Amino acid sequence: MLLAWAPQGHEVIVKLIHHVAGSLGEEVKIMDFCGTHEHTIVSSGIRSLMPENVELVAGPGCPVCITPAFYVDAAIKLAMDGVRVYTYGDVYNLPGSEPPGSKKPRTLADAKAQGADVVIVYGLIEAIKHFRENPKESVFLAVGFETTAPSTASAVVNGRLPREFTIINVHRLTPPIMRYTFEAHRDAPIKGVIAPGHVSTIVGAMAWEFVPKEYGIPTVVAGFEPIDVLKAILSILIMVREGKARLVNEYTRAVTWEGNKRAQKLIAECCEVVDAMWRGLGLVPESGLAFRDKYKVYDALREYGIREPTPEEWKYDLPPGCRCAEVTLGLAKPTDCPLFMKRCTPGTPYGPCMVSSEGACAVWARFGGGGLADDVAKSLGLTPS
Amino acid sequence: MCLGVPGKVVEVRSDGVARVEFSDGVVVEVDASTIEGIEPGDTVIVHAGIVIAKVDEEEASRITSGLEELIQDLESKAEDFESMLRRLGAIKG
Repeated sequence: MLLAWAPQGHEVIVKLIHHVAGSLGEEVKIMDFCGTHEHTIVSSGIRSLMPENVELVAGPGCPVCITPAFYVDAAIKLAMDGVRVYTYGDVYNLPGSEPPGSKKPRTLADAKAQGADVVIVYGLIEAIKHFRENPKESVFLAVGFETTAPSTASAVVNGRLPREFTIINVHRLTPPIMRYTFEAHRDAPIKGVIAPGHVSTIVGAMAWEFVPKEYGIPTVVAGFEPIDVLKAILSILIMVREGKARLVNEYTRAVTWEGNKRAQKLIAECCEVVDAMWRGLGLVPESGLAFRDKYKVYDALREYGIREPTPEEWKYDLPPGCRCAEVTLGLAKPTDCPLFMKRCTPGTPYGPCMVSSEGACAVWARFGGGGLADDVAKSLGLTPS
Repeated sequence: MCLGVPGKVVEVRSDGVARVEFSDGVVVEVDASTIEGIEPGDTVIVHAGIVIAKVDEEEASRITSGLEELIQDLESKAEDFESMLRRLGAIKG
């Protein structure tokens, strides 16, 4: 086992977290920016092990959750018009702008149920392979952060895409949304950041240097084992106590300072950075990737004459009552939403954060996190000492 | 799609595609053109059909083998914190 559990280590680190936190005399809000970190935190019960003055908050770490409804609608329209649509499994059930209960397809899954040709793939390579065996005019709905963008860029730049195969490019970038999130929390500032480990394999630890430098926030690039996350929390608390914000790379087994330069080069060759829309939030400056002119031939929206909305034309794209925008920014917990596990469940997601297995609502729905377990533990005197 | 999964490289083809085996025995074809010098036997992290990183085995082994050292280091700090907290009267005894 590559990354084995070591319970004794966990106990010691949790004890230390309590010691350091107890000496601070202030509330410490630590934000994770990766759906997999939130997954580790919730599935391992890490939140329940925290001292009362340490709050772990999920930030924007799920690309499916923030994919604007416009692009889902575009993919559904193309699918209903007879174009084959490939996409990732998480995106298959992602609602577009059709309201729940509509007879029109609300998701690509609905479109498929109504006879459209929609194919779920693990990645673009699999889609291209499937296309070669079953050629037909096709579109790939490509969503994702810097971790997924190299896949699109590699296929485009290396000439892997067949004719009649185009891409709806909805790739988004994480550093700009981190800045946006800090601003959203200015009334109750974030005191520590667990930087996204997988994104960091591509962009490098150096991408987060601005966080301690410009915002004075201790930042740790962390792996995904429970001990990685606990070590990151402890490091952040020690930095808070010392009053010294630094950037620490704890995930050295996969993340280098400079990141994956080959992947960075592919992305830069394929795409330019543009202002982009985020679901429920609207325009986030310089937060998206668009094909460069020489690769516009692969742009599905251009190919099919679908014009993207301008910032002025953008319409709020979450269903009524859905609090996914606040959940995405860590301004609300999934359990703060009145629809959570009532009208909105993993089986019948109402909002986008309940769709992907990395969405905060889906993670909380699957593993708990609403606080009930904490209340029961406290009433039994089982809180960590 | 957002999950990064570690796997072992089984084969690297000349077109930049690699076959990677996950711990559950599933073998998938993934894009490996983003990593230089990848070889069969390497441990990599696969994310949405593309290899995003090669795992540094030496660093990975440190997470477990270096743990004892880390714990000792942290325990010594824990004593510091404890004595500090005692001085501050935050804990008794």
